Amino acid sequence: MEKKTPLYDQHVACGGKIVPFAGYLLPVEYGTGVIAEHMAVREACGLFDVSHMGEVLFQGPGALKSLNHLLSNDYTNLAIGRVRYSPMCNAQGGVVDDLIVYRCTEDSYFVVVNAANREKDVAHMKANLLPDTKFTDISDQVAQLALQGPKSKEILAGLVPEAVIPQKYYSFHPEKVSVCGVECIISRTGYTGSWGYELYCAADQGPILWKGLLEAGKDYGLIPCGLGARDTLRLEAAMPLYGHEMNDEISPLEACLDFAVKLNKPEFIGKEALVAAGAPKRTRVGLKATGRGILREHQEVLKDGVSVGHTTSGTFCPYLKGAYAMALVDAGSLALGDTVEVLVRNRKVTAEVVPLPFYKL
Amino acid sequence: MNTPKELKYARSHEWVRMTGPDTAEIGLTDFAQDQLGDLVFVELPEVGDAVTAGESFANVESVKAVSDVYSPVTGVVVEVNEELLDNAALINEDPYGAWLIRVGEITGQEELLDADDYDTVCQEEA
Repeated sequence: MEKKTPLYDQHVACGGKIVPFAGYLLPVEYGTGVIAEHMAVREACGLFDVSHMGEVLFQGPGALKSLNHLLSNDYTNLAIGRVRYSPMCNAQGGVVDDLIVYRCTEDSYFVVVNAANREKDVAHMKANLLPDTKFTDISDQVAQLALQGPKSKEILAGLVPEAVIPQKYYSFHPEKVSVCGVECIISRTGYTGSWGYELYCAADQGPILWKGLLEAGKDYGLIPCGLGARDTLRLEAAMPLYGHEMNDEISPLEACLDFAVKLNKPEFIGKEALVAAGAPKRTRVGLKATGRGILREHQEVLKDGVSVGHTTSGTFCPYLKGAYAMALVDAGSLALGDTVEVLVRNRKVTAEVVPLPFYKL
Repeated sequence: MNTPKELKYARSHEWVRMTGPDTAEIGLTDFAQDQLGDLVFVELPEVGDAVTAGESFANVESVKAVSDVYSPVTGVVVEVNEELLDNAALINEDPYGAWLIRVGEITGQEELLDADDYDTVCQEEA
């Protein structure tokens, strides 16, 4: 039985088309449709309920050590008020999940994980915790809203003092801020490729914050957005999605996440396997369809008639107005500008290898 | 939901407009376009292709997914709506104007519903 997020009644009231996703009942789109929602985030602003995401706390004098043991990125120099992304690897060098870590105080970290992986993550984290670390899963106590789009800053500026609005990407105001009467953590983060913020508050306060933000953003073109637009936006920005661009068997290096894999750290789970594997045998590339058709996930990519890999995500990107995909292909098999064919339901659709990301702010 | 009285409907959400004794236009219903969401791509057969009642003759793609379109009749494609190849969203905007194909030499058809019965089918599925 799927769970409801604290915002469920708001979604129904806003005309959301509800579908099961990662164990939750969430809106795939509202009456406006995926394309209008996507465009709102690129040109005005959109509001997403992402309360299904999991949140856990690492606290105590051992918290930093535990994170550096569990995660491939290095948290040693993460300042209070900053956020850092990391894959979390298994011992074989595959990816358990990818997540972001907020440093809240000297020895308290707030970690946001994918909803679908929450139970697996919690088990993996608990099993690999180092001493003097207090671990708490607070997922059910937290509502998370994403306010994304070029108008998001103006909308927030109408609600809170400008000084508490984080400016730098992957930073947050380390104190709670009252937004529409709701105590929130506001970070300059998101999963859309547009300028935007994510706001965390107590679960039962979620509906007040949702309604307050929608009201405040009305004159700026703010509309509620569903999971459909969340996926097209992240794909257009070429942001990897767990279960697609990486999984238990795809290494973070193959997924081109090497910026978050610090092989010079003394140790982390998966490091030995990653080092032993040597240069990645596969790599992530971007494809743009030049022939007629929409590229989807799990489609074979052919170069000169020979299979070099498969697509991991693909759709029509509404802002770029084209069909794009990411693919995992044999390392060295493709170069930018190459023409390939993608097998779309037994039909060959030509595509060009293009730089990642497809869309950049 | 808009369901014009003068059309016939297949349970798989296509409409049929009989334009002569053995000719018809075929399109997707308002319910279908609403369920599919924003359409971005259509793959259509070619003029001269045979279509068979109950079998897929085209597919439509939204940003989210690909869906088959089933022919409510058996016959031969005499015209395809090429406008849709460049602008699949016309189906969302005007589902009963944006026909997909025109079929001739019709020799058979699915069990087709009138508007009231089709509305009942939609209510059950919604």
